[in-house]
Amino acid sequence: MKLVIAIIQPARIEAVKESLNQAEVYRMTVMDVQGYGQQGGFTEVFRGQEFEVLLRRKIMLLIAVNDDFVQRAVDAITGGARNGTGGAIGDGKIFVLDLENCFRIRTSEAGAVAI
Amino acid sequence: MLQKGIAAMPLLGVCIALLGLDSPAFAEGEDAPAAVAVAAETAVAPAVVYDPDSPMSNANGAFPVNILWTIIAAVLVFFMQAGFAMVEAGFTRAKNAGNIMMKNLMDFSMGSLTFWAVGFGIMFGVSGGLFGKSWFFVTAEKGDMWPYAFLLFQTVFAATAATIVSGAMAERTKFFSYLLYSIGITAIIYPVFGSWAWNALWGDYNGGSSGWLESNGFLDFAGSSVVHSVGGWAALAGAIMLGPRRGKYGKNGKAKAIPGHSLTLATLGVFILWMGWFGFNAGSTTSVTGEGGKQMAWIAVNTNLAAAAGVVGALISIWITTGKPDVGMSLNGALAGLVGITAPCANVSAAGSVAIGLIAGVIVVFSVRFFDKIKVDDPVGAISVHGVCGAWGTIAVALFDITGGASLGAQLLGVGVCFAWTFSTAMALFAVIKYTVGLRVDEEVEIAGLDLHEHGAEAYSDFAARIH
Repeated sequence: MKLVIAIIQPARIEAVKESLNQAEVYRMTVMDVQGYGQQGGFTEVFRGQEFEVLLRRKIMLLIAVNDDFVQRAVDAITGGARNGTGGAIGDGKIFVLDLENCFRIRTSEAGAVAI
Repeated sequence: MLQKGIAAMPLLGVCIALLGLDSPAFAEGEDAPAAVAVAAETAVAPAVVYDPDSPMSNANGAFPVNILWTIIAAVLVFFMQAGFAMVEAGFTRAKNAGNIMMKNLMDFSMGSLTFWAVGFGIMFGVSGGLFGKSWFFVTAEKGDMWPYAFLLFQTVFAATAATIVSGAMAERTKFFSYLLYSIGITAIIYPVFGSWAWNALWGDYNGGSSGWLESNGFLDFAGSSVVHSVGGWAALAGAIMLGPRRGKYGKNGKAKAIPGHSLTLATLGVFILWMGWFGFNAGSTTSVTGEGGKQMAWIAVNTNLAAAAGVVGALISIWITTGKPDVGMSLNGALAGLVGITAPCANVSAAGSVAIGLIAGVIVVFSVRFFDKIKVDDPVGAISVHGVCGAWGTIAVALFDITGGASLGAQLLGVGVCFAWTFSTAMALFAVIKYTVGLRVDEEVEIAGLDLHEHGAEAYSDFAARIH
């Protein structure tokens, strides 16, 4: 079992959800987060004065998958989150972590069957 | 008549004495009481006897109390700008809040300047029935303050028509293009139609000319058509020219709700509009003297009843059709009732007002769904509230009339002409803007929010952690 953490552009969430559904991944947790990578910050202006803003809004997805689904999920997320065919700086990142165990609260099932 | 004249004298004297306080003689501190006494004495007998029953009696400040009422009403209607701003902010997303604030700020500012320069003249100048040709860059004769009061009152009305459109065009319109449109509607579209319906209001100052619609018996007391339908149909043109917001219609063409970010702001806005509407309707008497002035209280009651009935009508309709008493729709219902009573407020009974408001509330619910279905995306329901209910209010003038002076034919003519004129000129204006500087923002700007790209700063900058 693996935990897939994906950080994507907020505008791509619908496309990512669509492609994940097509890959038969239907369960996820979605969070509003902030951060920056290669994109860096940007400049805003308030009452004539410029100021730097380092944190950009992003969306983070947490998806727990069985091992045979990892590549499918990663491909689906990449397909949905990449801007255009060539991609752009700021498209995001995907981290894959080992998931030690997983439990379903309703039935107390554990392991791969609970994912 | 004579008794009213005598009773008015002390009031007149007091007002003129107060005016005298501003005179240079008093400011210098010398001969002050003498100057005031002289001013009071010479001003007490006007050169012409004015009829306090005629709205035209305001000419030359014969009744300063009417100027006072008109200014107060104008200030109330001015405050409706805040109401519109809050409603539009509440019904749209936070990422666009700063932009919608700017659009509201600017359509009032550009509108005020344009109307003073050009619009007032086209609307109220000497007219052959089609448009005015005098009173540009409005300046009043020395000592005659009435034109300024009337100008202020009419300016805030013109600005109301202009600001209706920002709601329907919210979240995807280029700011600069919207500025161009603001000039267009206050310079031409609004005043030309306004001149057809209201030119005679300025009869004492424009040689007694009048517009062709009013000459045919068209009645629109405070502007269901002149202000609200004009705004509503221009909004329709804008929404059509722009196209729907990204994400409004799903792949199967079904409309998706894009929830606003603050029902609290929207409610605040509606209450502010409701309050300002007392100036809008009751203030349209522009007079407290004589019969015209007495109507004021009746008009105010009609206004309130229609608004309340509008809320109830919308509430019942949305509750029955969707199973939930929707806040946003109920708020729209209040505005629908207010727009609906704006034309008939001076010639219907209290019970009639309730009926008019109730029906407006029902109409607005179905109208909003209709426009959603035909793929016209209107984030705040402006087209339904102002355009459709404005037409309803104009027709209601004849349907619920208790004075015997209204004609259904004339009202229908006015409604049709309003739509034909406004929609076609607005479509032309937006087409010109669209194919020159562009009307709609780029998709990435629309996604990220207009605040950042158009204005360089977010409205709600501090609502999340920041590293500076």
